[in-house]
Amino acid sequence: MARQFMKGCEAIAEAAVRSGCRFFAGYPITPQNEIPEYLSRRMPEVGGTFVQGESEVASINIIYGAAQTGTRAMTSSSSCGISLMSEGLSFLAGARVPMVVVNVQRGGPGIGAIQPAQQDYNQATKASGNGGFQMMVWAPSTVQEAVDMTYAAFDYAQRDRNPVMILADGVLGTIMEPVVLPEPRSAEEVARLKAICRPWALVGHNPETEQRALVDSGDWNTKKMEQKCIDNAALYESWQAEAQAEELFLEDAEVVVTAYGISGRIAKSAVKLLRAEGIKVGMIRPRTVNPFPAASYEKLDYGRVKAILDVEMSIPAQMVNDVRLAVKDRCPVETCLHAGGEIMGRREIMDAVRALYR
Amino acid sequence: MEKIYSRTKLLREDMVSGFCPGCMHGTIFKMIGEVLEELHMESKVAMVLGVGCCGLAKEYVTYDNTTCPHGRGCATATGVKRANPETLVFTYQGDGDLASIGLAETMSAANRGENFTVIFVNNGIYGMTGGQLAPTTLVGMKASTAPKGRNPKEHGYPMHVCEILNQLTAPYYLERCSCNNPANTRKTKAAIKKAFQNQIEGKGFSLVEIVTSCPTNWGLDPLDALGFLEDKMLKEFPLGVIRDKSKEEA
Repeated sequence: MARQFMKGCEAIAEAAVRSGCRFFAGYPITPQNEIPEYLSRRMPEVGGTFVQGESEVASINIIYGAAQTGTRAMTSSSSCGISLMSEGLSFLAGARVPMVVVNVQRGGPGIGAIQPAQQDYNQATKASGNGGFQMMVWAPSTVQEAVDMTYAAFDYAQRDRNPVMILADGVLGTIMEPVVLPEPRSAEEVARLKAICRPWALVGHNPETEQRALVDSGDWNTKKMEQKCIDNAALYESWQAEAQAEELFLEDAEVVVTAYGISGRIAKSAVKLLRAEGIKVGMIRPRTVNPFPAASYEKLDYGRVKAILDVEMSIPAQMVNDVRLAVKDRCPVETCLHAGGEIMGRREIMDAVRALYR
Repeated sequence: MEKIYSRTKLLREDMVSGFCPGCMHGTIFKMIGEVLEELHMESKVAMVLGVGCCGLAKEYVTYDNTTCPHGRGCATATGVKRANPETLVFTYQGDGDLASIGLAETMSAANRGENFTVIFVNNGIYGMTGGQLAPTTLVGMKASTAPKGRNPKEHGYPMHVCEILNQLTAPYYLERCSCNNPANTRKTKAAIKKAFQNQIEGKGFSLVEIVTSCPTNWGLDPLDALGFLEDKMLKEFPLGVIRDKSKEEA
């Protein structure tokens, strides 16, 4: 496939279409406006539907309806907009309806800053709404990775009948990079993927010959409701085997930098420069932040690793808590942080590593 | 003897209704079932249930349905209908659901002229949560969160949903009905049928408001509640067709 030069948001939107997404609803918010704008012209070309909702609250519930028909559906927003979607995400997860949600993170809390940040880690991985539900959360660090993860996210969502989140940020959303787009799914394949959902989907069943569909997040029967929670927990547990991380130079590393998303990308370039200086530094970059790739930290030789440096564009640091849980006090975990739309500098990471390496 | 009436097949026979004595939800769900059968749409229907007492019906009906977040019925229905236009989609929402927490979703879907049907059941109070003040509560009427009654200086006045929606250009059909007597009940059924037919013909947004009683939370026995409905509620919410574009087209 030919490489194309594309903006992150538009590449995510096109990857969604190629994966079979045929429904998008969303509400304007910077820095992700190019996703709805792109899909407002792209969806009609493939027989899909674009709706500009009157709010994020409405948009996620429009998706809740569309996705119930088995149609591959997506919404996108940024930080405070995702907060408004938490009600709908909880219903989607509670009723086990598949869809994909993209968070192009900005600064926070509140309205924060429209510039890039990674301030929503805890919200994305721990509590995106009420009720203790979870989503698989994929954290791309390049536009190509954002494309590949978005394309795959719809398959994970359909497999699990659960929402999947792409946790991007304002850099990835607005940067332009060369990408190779995946092959688009044919109309027949998209129809087949939808038809698979028919048994549970809200499509109109014959009450006399078929089991009717009830798409419902709740149950008044406490035993049945408890069973729902048990089934959900089993699903979340099953993801652990699918945790992914990029690992770099860990064989002889004495300091390990860990970072996800855009911070991970900046950290990777810092680590390579430090290696050129002869510094034995390695890197773990979670590609999934839920499930968290704890196994990557488990296999480190803590007789050799002096310290781990957690790099995030979030103050306070958030992923660091998952890192500490995985490291289990076997070495110090330090942080190198920025927030508020200030983008992490490579030099700062290099200085922080040198300080730990001495 | 010829059998001239039988129960709709779209309500389960193996369940006992949990609706209170004098509640009209049962009557309305029965009529919806009958209309769906008359229109031969029982295999093509998707109901979007609001949050409130009506949510009990998710287990009573034999056709596809979903429960959505409080107030979001018109957003969810927008998604269901646009994703599968051949499905007959309707929301069933109370006054707290539709006119308070869901006002934005209701207004916006109506303004877009979404091609689905809204069954709006207005009893002037929050039923399931125990009688709190609703946007439709009458002036002076007591509620558990307005123990001295609705005071316009503090709470404003009852909201007239059909009249508000009538300010918009897109809605196709708006009618206010009641189930206080057999004649009005028959009119309600005809309105529901008309609203569904509009959707089948692709005419756009139809809303049928049904003014009902809530004996439990009004603190009245069913017969007195019927009296209150006729003497007070129907004065505030007069019955009739508020908008019917098919008449304008004719």
